[in-house]
Amino acid sequence: MPATHPRWLSLAAVLAAGLAGCARHADGGASGSRVVVDYWEKWSGFEADAMQAVVDDFNRSQDRIEVRFLSVSEVDTKLLLAASSGHPPDVAGLWSENIPDFSEKGALTPLDGGIAASGLGPDHYIPVYWELCRHRGFTWGLPTTPGCVALFYNKKLFRAAGLDPERPPRTLAELDSMGRRLTVVEIERAGRRVRVSFADLTPGEREGHHFTLVQLGHLPQDSGMYVSAWGFWFGARYYDGDRRILANDAGNLAAYRWLRETTQAYGVDNLRDFGSSFGIQQSGQTPFLGGSEAMVVQGPWWPNFIEKYAPGLEWGAAPCPAADGVAGGAPVTVAQADVVVIPRGARHPREAFEFIRYLQRQDVAEKLARSQQKFTALSQVSEGFLAAHPNPAIRLFISLARSPGARALPRLSIWHEYNAEMSVAAERVQNLGYTPAAALAEVQERVQWKLDRVSRRWDAVGKERMAEWRAYSDW
Amino acid sequence: MTGDRRRTWLGLAFVSPWLLGVAAFTAYPVAASLYYSFCDYDVLSKPVWVGLLNYRDMASDSVFWKSVGNTLIFNLMALPLGLVASLALALLLNQPVRARGVFRAIYYLPSLVPAVASAMIWLWILNGRLGLLNTALGAVGVHHPPQWLGDPAWTKPSLAVMSMWGCGNTVVIYLAALQGVPRSLLEAAMIDGASAWDRLIHVTLPAISPVIYFNLIIGIIGGLQVFVSAFVMFGGPGPDRSVLFYAVYLYENAFEYRQMGYACAMAWMLCLLILALTWLASRSSRRLVYYQGE
Repeated sequence: MPATHPRWLSLAAVLAAGLAGCARHADGGASGSRVVVDYWEKWSGFEADAMQAVVDDFNRSQDRIEVRFLSVSEVDTKLLLAASSGHPPDVAGLWSENIPDFSEKGALTPLDGGIAASGLGPDHYIPVYWELCRHRGFTWGLPTTPGCVALFYNKKLFRAAGLDPERPPRTLAELDSMGRRLTVVEIERAGRRVRVSFADLTPGEREGHHFTLVQLGHLPQDSGMYVSAWGFWFGARYYDGDRRILANDAGNLAAYRWLRETTQAYGVDNLRDFGSSFGIQQSGQTPFLGGSEAMVVQGPWWPNFIEKYAPGLEWGAAPCPAADGVAGGAPVTVAQADVVVIPRGARHPREAFEFIRYLQRQDVAEKLARSQQKFTALSQVSEGFLAAHPNPAIRLFISLARSPGARALPRLSIWHEYNAEMSVAAERVQNLGYTPAAALAEVQERVQWKLDRVSRRWDAVGKERMAEWRAYSDW
Repeated sequence: MTGDRRRTWLGLAFVSPWLLGVAAFTAYPVAASLYYSFCDYDVLSKPVWVGLLNYRDMASDSVFWKSVGNTLIFNLMALPLGLVASLALALLLNQPVRARGVFRAIYYLPSLVPAVASAMIWLWILNGRLGLLNTALGAVGVHHPPQWLGDPAWTKPSLAVMSMWGCGNTVVIYLAALQGVPRSLLEAAMIDGASAWDRLIHVTLPAISPVIYFNLIIGIIGGLQVFVSAFVMFGGPGPDRSVLFYAVYLYENAFEYRQMGYACAMAWMLCLLILALTWLASRSSRRLVYYQGE
């Protein structure tokens, strides 16, 4: 899921990238009689520790290969620059959304040959995660830890609002009505400032917006996924898979209308005022963790943050309800995965794949996932893994990932730009400056123009690229 | 080899580390960026020559024009504000008062705070609900103070005010210039009955006009490249792209969208824009700047 790194960190990353490219070992990649496989991964803290333990297990399990694990911030930018200088690591941990862009730019090695030879394949994985690793008919990475999102809610705030804490919303209409009930505002009545539920305001008070938001039921833009992904809950398609962007698809329009309704209900200035009290994401300043937001859409990593920043918080989790009729009524979620890839130009691709193959073993994948409080992308899951898992919501996340309503972000090399445009549009709609139709029409025009440009380039180099990739498939 | 030629070669040998450094880290990147600006280049694949396509794309890119507009508007606010405020501070700090050195140090100190750190400080000063500024405004009875960083209408003025935080360097330059104002002229004006204001307008300002002009040019060059404050404080283009400055959009294209060819073209356009504005400033100020030697 999208990590919310401050962007100035990426600037530091770019400056450091030149140095990172110089990190090639002076020993020529051999440690004693072992082949050294350099592995860059995005994780830090306990997540990095968990992978380090797995790497240590691998190094102990055989005597031919030594994997050297390095925790690297802004790994995508650094990898790209290291690959362009011809000195990439042998294995890198990216996000699944990097795959289309990086593969089309020739930064990755197709893994199909190794996958076929090692007996792996689509049956080995939950379908949505296998799908995320593929682009233009080739497989570019394999998942380490996957993610998807669900609705987390604060049971104490449910009780305080007179709601059943064991009965989270089941429909979108319930999500909205419970959200209004759980929203607390401070308003002046008869010369006194009083706190009441938004649901108990008079129609005049609601219209006037002369109140201060103290607690919010649910704020769509505060979530562990891109705000643009809400379209999935309204049946949106983002891309036709070929040459056409579908930004102003009916589902996206419905989702953006829904975003606007939140602002219309609470008021632009009131939401800006409430929003300005947010601090850094995934810290104690996040409203859900600070106890001022009752429901939030987040992923399986979220209990780690609750444990760290709000250990007393009494929470529950449930599928986030979708609009009527979407996905045939199946629970909807958006899936993304941490993946491991072999950059183009890696010195030891075979040894690198051997390590990647090791990570796909059920016992290894489950050890890593348990230590990071996540689940695995594998189609098989052991009872022992579920029984000993520290995250009480883990079964929910696994069932959501397997649901026919599980959606993958569009596999598009310009997704980053597409998403940036969708985010600007969402903000414009939420600030009531644009109608959803006008904001999304602008996205449609701009991103289509970009896709046309990328397509022209692909038309020029695509055949050559595909031939190159096919030639590589027997590695 | 004659002695002169020998000395020339010896001199070149001594400066060769610098020459090599400039060639490798300045001249080559500058030349390469000019070439890439005519290419479709994503860093990884080979650059493909596309002629003027990047420049033509720029002309039809509405976000590019938004970034140009944002940068110019910001500069129209920040540049005069910075020039006037730093001159005013320099004039005050030039007064013969007790502990003048302490005051000078105090006003210079913020310039020593790293740009990222000062941006983080201002993030909390300008925070809409918890910020010092709005808390103070609330205390004096302003019930709905502006959302300085949340409302597109206020983001650029906020950054312009914030930019004055680092005016210590300019103040030091003005202070040095003020020391050089001929005392004889000031005394003559005083004997002729000129007021303090008249002396400022008719003696001090003309005498330091080359320095004001220098600060204006440096201000234009720096202002058009404004980057850190927006990048650190908003982590993106800001509300309704209101702080998407030229350099921020250039960075996005280069390192986030990996459109390095387009970013190089933007960099060259920025260079031309700075040259044009500097030329304009030097043309329009020719009659306003007084050089003592002339």
